[in-house]
Amino acid sequence: MIREFTSPDVVYLMLAARWTIGLALVATVGGGLLGLLIALARILPIPPLNWLAIGYINLIQGTPLLGQLFVFFFGLPLLGFSVGAWTAVALSLSLYASAFFGEIWRGALQSVPKRQWEAGAALGMTYRHRFTHVVLPQAVRIAVAPTVGFLVQLVKNTSLTALIGFVELTRASQIITAATFAPLQVYLTAAAIYFVICFTLSQLSRVLERRLHGTG
Amino acid sequence: MALVRLESIVKRFGALEVLKSINLIVKKGEIVAIIGRSGSGKSTLLRCVNALEPVQGGLIEVDGIEVTAASADHNALRARVGMVFQSFNLFPHLNVERNIMLALKLVRKTPKPEAQDIAVRMLEKVGLADKRLAYPDELSGGQQQRVAIARSLAMEPTLMLFDEITSALDPELVGDVLRVLEGLARDGMTMMLVTHEMNFARNVANRVVFMHEGRIHEDGPARETLTEPKTDELKSFLSAVLH
Repeated sequence: MIREFTSPDVVYLMLAARWTIGLALVATVGGGLLGLLIALARILPIPPLNWLAIGYINLIQGTPLLGQLFVFFFGLPLLGFSVGAWTAVALSLSLYASAFFGEIWRGALQSVPKRQWEAGAALGMTYRHRFTHVVLPQAVRIAVAPTVGFLVQLVKNTSLTALIGFVELTRASQIITAATFAPLQVYLTAAAIYFVICFTLSQLSRVLERRLHGTG
Repeated sequence: MALVRLESIVKRFGALEVLKSINLIVKKGEIVAIIGRSGSGKSTLLRCVNALEPVQGGLIEVDGIEVTAASADHNALRARVGMVFQSFNLFPHLNVERNIMLALKLVRKTPKPEAQDIAVRMLEKVGLADKRLAYPDELSGGQQQRVAIARSLAMEPTLMLFDEITSALDPELVGDVLRVLEGLARDGMTMMLVTHEMNFARNVANRVVFMHEGRIHEDGPARETLTEPKTDELKSFLSAVLH
């Protein structure tokens, strides 16, 4: 019954990695959009909104992602919402990412010195122009490295979705291991695939940072 | 003709009263040096003129615009009042030319080729035409400050405010910046400058305002006021800064 770990298995793992990438993409887009709102809710001078955002961030950052996955996968059906693994996973990863993106981007926006706002104001620029042409470009530059750093974490964290039966790279590795009984080869292959994805992201971040710095 | 009129200006930071009923009129073409110890309110006074700091009482009028009016358009005012800061505050993500062109394009809606011409002219004026494409972090402090001046001048201001613009510079770089100011003085630019350069105040400014504890303590022709101070406070201040 036990068969060899062969090249079709590697192909199977690579195909499963599409789901890993897909999940990370969905979480990035969903978490990014929500994260923008969170960052705004943290920055706008409206105290109740600030508290709400801070509470949300603490809740999400202070609980394990696995717990959040379980809440969505097992909890929502109890409340009468039938959710598939895909929906539960997309929702929880997006919420998880939004709390981190929100904090990263708030930090980036606020680390642009107040004097830059003032310099724009002193030239007669409107608030909107000061934000879009002076502060935002500088904040984006600051945010690239930590944003990509979190993306790398996110890619690796998608492996937790294996625990609710979602077949991505890690779950696929478990399945093949069960068939071939060659855990070391299988998981090393999976690790190499994760590495390629994450390394590509980091390199991309380098290129982006260099380009945004504009110098030279 | 009065270009700047301050009437009974009161400015508080919380419970701390920083400006206590300031009255000051600056005429067109005047160069007013504002001196005083740190904490005397001189920088705050300057920042009230272009509404970077809101005031709690009094009336400010600049070039016919009532700055303190509820309906005042502060952006329109600031487009006509240049300000240069101690810490330069150039935009680090833009090169020198684009630093100068940004407000021209956004505020004055100047077409790009024209804005570019203006940038080149302003850079020639401050002696940095060859740095057009450099980024701020590639320039010395003195060069950055001259670019900041060029950036303000590009907006064709009717009044220039200088807030301790040589305080953050190495001594050997101060001269270049002061020479730019002397050039502006010859062109007849109206200027208010907070400064610690007493020689510059004496030689280039035509009026000195001495601030002490939130009030204007002495106000008179530059040379006279600095050589024959009337009050003990100015005497002790001058002996402290001149050693």
